[in-house]
This record gives sequence, structure tokens and C-alpha cells, in this order.
Amino acid sequence: MTVEPSAYLMVGAVLFTIGAVGLLVRRNALVMFMCVELMLNAVNLTFVTFARHFDDIGGQVIVLFVLVVAAAEVVVGLGIILAIMRRRPGANADDITLLKG
Amino acid sequence: MLDAVWLIPALPLAGFLLLTFAGKRLGEPWAGWIGTAMVGGSFLVTLVVFAGLMAEDEHHRTFVQTLFEWVPAGSLSVDVGFLVDPLSITMALFVTGISALIHLYSIGYMAGDDGYARFFVYLNAFVFSMTMLVLGDNFVLTFLGWEGVGVCSYLLISFWFEKDANAVAGKKAFITNRVGDWGFMLAMFLLFTSVGSLQYTEVFAHLEEFGLAETTAMGIALLLFVGAVGKSAQFPLYLWLPDAMAGPTPVSALIHAATMVTSGVYLMARVNPILGFAPDALDIVAWVGAFTALFAATIAVAQNDIKKVLAYSTISQLGYMFLAIGTGAYVAAVFHMVTHAFFKALLFLGSGSVIHAMAHEQDMGRMGNLRKYLPVTSVTFIVGWLAIAGVPPFAGFWSKDEILIHAWSSSPLLWVVGTVTAVLTAYYMSRQVFLVFFGPERWRESQTVAHDGHGLTPDHEPRESPATMTVPLVALAGLSFVGGLLNLPFKGAFHLERFLEPVFEGRLAHLDVGTSLQWGLPFVVLGLAVCGAAVAWWIFVMGRVGRSTVEPELLEHGWYYDEAIASLVDGPGRAGATLLAEQVDARGVDGAVNGVGELVRRAGTALRVSTSGYVRHYALGIAGGAVLLLGYFISRTGF
Repeated sequence: MTVEPSAYLMVGAVLFTIGAVGLLVRRNALVMFMCVELMLNAVNLTFVTFARHFDDIGGQVIVLFVLVVAAAEVVVGLGIILAIMRRRPGANADDITLLKG
Repeated sequence: MLDAVWLIPALPLAGFLLLTFAGKRLGEPWAGWIGTAMVGGSFLVTLVVFAGLMAEDEHHRTFVQTLFEWVPAGSLSVDVGFLVDPLSITMALFVTGISALIHLYSIGYMAGDDGYARFFVYLNAFVFSMTMLVLGDNFVLTFLGWEGVGVCSYLLISFWFEKDANAVAGKKAFITNRVGDWGFMLAMFLLFTSVGSLQYTEVFAHLEEFGLAETTAMGIALLLFVGAVGKSAQFPLYLWLPDAMAGPTPVSALIHAATMVTSGVYLMARVNPILGFAPDALDIVAWVGAFTALFAATIAVAQNDIKKVLAYSTISQLGYMFLAIGTGAYVAAVFHMVTHAFFKALLFLGSGSVIHAMAHEQDMGRMGNLRKYLPVTSVTFIVGWLAIAGVPPFAGFWSKDEILIHAWSSSPLLWVVGTVTAVLTAYYMSRQVFLVFFGPERWRESQTVAHDGHGLTPDHEPRESPATMTVPLVALAGLSFVGGLLNLPFKGAFHLERFLEPVFEGRLAHLDVGTSLQWGLPFVVLGLAVCGAAVAWWIFVMGRVGRSTVEPELLEHGWYYDEAIASLVDGPGRAGATLLAEQVDARGVDGAVNGVGELVRRAGTALRVSTSGYVRHYALGIAGGAVLLLGYFISRTGF
């Protein structure tokens, strides 16, 4: 049984939207992080779909890059979150408004 | 031998650097001897280069040495290089020679001064700049030297800067010279846009091949002349030179009589191919020179300061040189420049010796009968007097009369102005000699013991100066005596005119005067000059006429020209500057700058609301931006 590429694209779009909305509405920094990961993987899914559809290896290569960047980003991001957690309880992103103009 | 030319400026530069860092430690008198040795070495190198040039074929005596590229900028390329040709080597010879003598003299004159080492630092820097000015193979390098000598002149005029008047005189010299430098710079810009090069040999080759439009040539020539008027103290920019006498006397001799002030004349002679395309500019040069010569001579007859007389005399003699340039008698100008350097340096050094002996008294009204006390100084001074007055066979006779004959050949009116100047010259120089070396011992009459801080008492015994000071005097007196040999109007072994001819070629004026007139005119001038000297004898030695009747206040104050300029600058000039500072600058310029700052500040205040510090707000911004971009592309492609 073959699945239409549009199905994969729809799953990707839904995942991306869930991630984007989650990033905007949730306050827990860890959850926001997971939302970002969700968005990244939604995009990865889209890339792979198109790579398959157009028979172009470029899309798959990009996915590898995104994975590497996401891993690096997680390291930095979790490091920051840990540093903040040491100073204050909880991981509420709205408590940290140091860049307020 | 020609390759050694770079050493000519390099030796004084080395002396300057050495004395800058080690001068204080070397102290007196070693700092002076090192400075003198460097300049003396530079003179010897110049002699060697001169010998090398003489060995060349007569019509190929142009040698260019390029050391390195200094300013590469697009199509403009300026090298540090030296041009050796008959004109520059003539100038370099007398500049380094006289500088060496004056350095030697300064060892004695500056003895015991607090700034002894500093003095020789400046003097060596001056010789470096002057040789760069003379030997540079392009306008920019000449301008470098031009500015360098200006700075050294400023530093040396205000050498004793503790006295306010000296510092002010230095500033005046510097600022007045800026007016001239402005002309020099504009001339360079204009020349570069019209010819495309600033190197002398390239420019002159270009002119020979393609010529130059007369208006352009006129513009360049007159702008360069503005520079020359500033540096060589011609009317209307002469007024810094009399004030420059505030500096030590060797400085007056070296910079403000013999060398630096002649650089304007040198520049005019250097660019003679450009002047050749602008005959009208030459007339202006001739008339400015003639007017300055007469004007300064009338002021010199009523000065009481021994150095002020010589200062106005220098302005007047420089006027002669410009008169010669303007009539196309370039060789006569260079000839007079050389002989004038000899006898005017001699007169200044002689006056320095007098001032030294009189415990820094400069008022001639308090001197007299000094020939009894200063035998060497008075004999050499009298040689200088005869030379400047134009008595044969002294140097001044030959050079001045060559100028006057060319003036006659160009326009008899110029000759009349020149001759009147010559008579006045003989008169005021005789007046000076009679007041200083003859007559009663006036400093004994004075009952005031301390006269503005000078230690001149009625029982003061003037004493002859040390050998370091008298040797240069004797050497210069010898040169003033035989200097005329350089260019005797007979067929001789060495003839300056034949030597310099390749530089000027067809642009030299040809004498349009009969032989009888050519021999008669100088003796008419001589006869009149002797009359002038006789009048001075009658007035100042025999005392037939009161001095106040022949020395009106108008002349003593230099026709009130200085005062007029001072009140112009202080009145409308100051008001204009105040207006600019308080209205245009404070309100206009500052207002614009502050306005931009205020605008940014207010915009920032308005926009700070947008930065809440909440991560989700920023994320929303990014998402919104992405949606907008997406919408834009979709609308463009019509998805």
C-alpha cells in the first residue's frame, strides 16, 4: 500500500502548527523547548517527503544537518535552562524578562 | 659621485635625530659641534655632487635619483627622489655652505643658553627641510620641505618662548605663511588636473610637447607666486619678517635672510617653463617685486633696532629678486640670491656680534664708535655694507646691476624704482654703519643703568666675540668680496649664466641695451648710491640735521601697514569669527548634530514599548514575519 505524499505533508503541517502554537502559549521553558523540537522535526518530515517525491537526495542531506544543529541547540539551550534553574525555582519563561526595553 | 645626493639631506636628518634623543646628554658644546659637523658634511657631499655634475656633458646635466615611492594614489604617484641640475645644485651649495658657517657661529653665540641643544636640534631640522625643498624632484616633496622650513622658522622665532612677544611673533609668522601655502597647494591641484603629474622633469617634458593654455598657466603661476609672496615676505604678506627678528640672531641670518626666505625666488626659477606660458603673470611678479623693494626700503630708513633695519633690507632685496624673475632675468635673480645670501648673512652675524658685545642691546641709538672695541666685527660689517650698497668690486655691485640693466631693458620705469631703492639702500645701510661703528659712545651718555633688563651700564666695555663667531664673519666677508666672480660680465672660466642656461633655455630675457648704456647705467646707479651714503654721513656723523626730521613717525611705523592689518583682523575679523562661532557654529552646526541625537532618542523611547522581554512575544514576531513573507511570495507567484 502506498501513502500519498500529501498525507505526509499534512502530518508535517499539523505537527508544525502544534509546535508553533505551543511555543507561543506555554510558559514552561522545557515545554517550549520541546515545541521547538516538534517544529524542527515537522520540517524534517516535509524535507524527506519532498526528497522522496522529487527523487532528490538534497532533502535528506539537509535533514542530517538539521538534526546536528538541533542537537547542538539542545545542548546550549538546556545549559542555559539549567543555569537559570539554579538561581530560581521553576522554569517559567515569563519570569525572565531581562531584555525588557 | 652623483649617487651621493641622498646624503645631502640625510646627514642633517641624522644630526636632528641624534640631537633630539641625545642632545641634552651631550650638552654644551658637543651638541653644537655635532650639529655643525653634520651640516659641514652635508656641504662636502654637495661639493662632491657638484663636481660630479660638472663632469657631465654641458647639456645633459640633469640627474634624477628615486629612492622609493612615497604616495601611490590612483594616477597620482609621488616619489621620494632628488633632482640635481645646475639650478638646484647652485642653491644647495650656498644653502649648506652658509648653514655650516652659521652653525659654527651659533656655538659661540648660544653659549650658556638653557636651550643650547634644542637650538641645534631645530637648526639641523631646518637644514634637512631646506635641502629637501631644494633637491626634491617633485612639487610635493618641495612642499614637504616648504612646510618643514615653516615649522622650523616658527620654532626658532619663538625659541625664547618664555617672553610673550616672541611666542606671538612665531605665531604671526606661521599664520601669515599659511596664506601663501594655500596658494601653493591650489597651484599643485591645478597643475595635476591639467598636466597629470607633479614631477618636475615629467611636467616640463609635457609642457614642451603639448604646451599649456595661457589662462591655466597664468592661474598656476599666480597661485605659486602667492606661495612665494608668503615665504619670501613680499607685499602684502611681508609683515611677519620684521617680527621674526625676535628669534636668536643666527636664526635671523640663516632662515630670515640667507636661505628660507629665498625659497620663493627659487620656486619661481624652478617653474620657469610654466612662467614661460604666462607673460602677464611675469609682469605682476616684476611689479610686486619692484614695489616691495621700494616700500621696504622706505621703512628701513627710519628703524632704530639694528636687526629691524636688516629685516626690512632683506624684504627689499628679495623684491629685487622678484623684479629680476619678472623681467625674465632668472640668472640675475639666482646670482643676486647667492650674493645676497653672502652679504646679508654677514650683516646679520655682524649685528649678532654687536648685540653679543653690547649685552643684548639692539637699539642703535645706544651704540656708537664700536669700531674701536670690535675690530673684526666692524671690518667685516663694513665689507657687508659696501657689498649691499653696490660698491665695486664687492659682490652686490655685480648682481644688483645685472638686475637693474634687465629692468631697464624691460621697462625704464622699473629701472627708476630699482635705482631709487638702491639709493635708499645705500643711505640706510650707511646710517646703520655710522650709528653703530662711528660717532660718540652713546651708551655712556645714558644714566639709566638697567634698561629693560639689559646689563648695559655707562662704564660698559664691549669686547670682541670668540673665534667661533669671528671665523664665519671673516669667511662670509671674503665671499661677499669675491662673490661677484661667479658671474662677471666678462668671458671668464666659470660663468653662472652659462652654467644655468640649460635650465632656462629660451626663456631667459635677452638684453636689449646698447653696450655704452650697459656700462654707463651701473655707474649712474653707483654715483647716486654714493650720494645717498654721503647724505647719511652728513646727517649722522656730522650731525647737521636732527634725526627726527629725516625719520618721520610714518616711516618708523612702516606706513602703519602692520597696525592697519592688526585693526582689520581685530575689528571686523574678530567680529566675523565671533559671529561664526556663536551663531553659525553654536546654533547651526551644533543644532544639526544635537537635533539628530534628539531624534534618535525620541524614536527609541517610542519603540521601547515593543520589547517586552517575553520570549513568546518575540516568537510571535518571528512567526508573524514568516507568515507575511510567505504571503508576499504567494501573492507574487499567484499560487
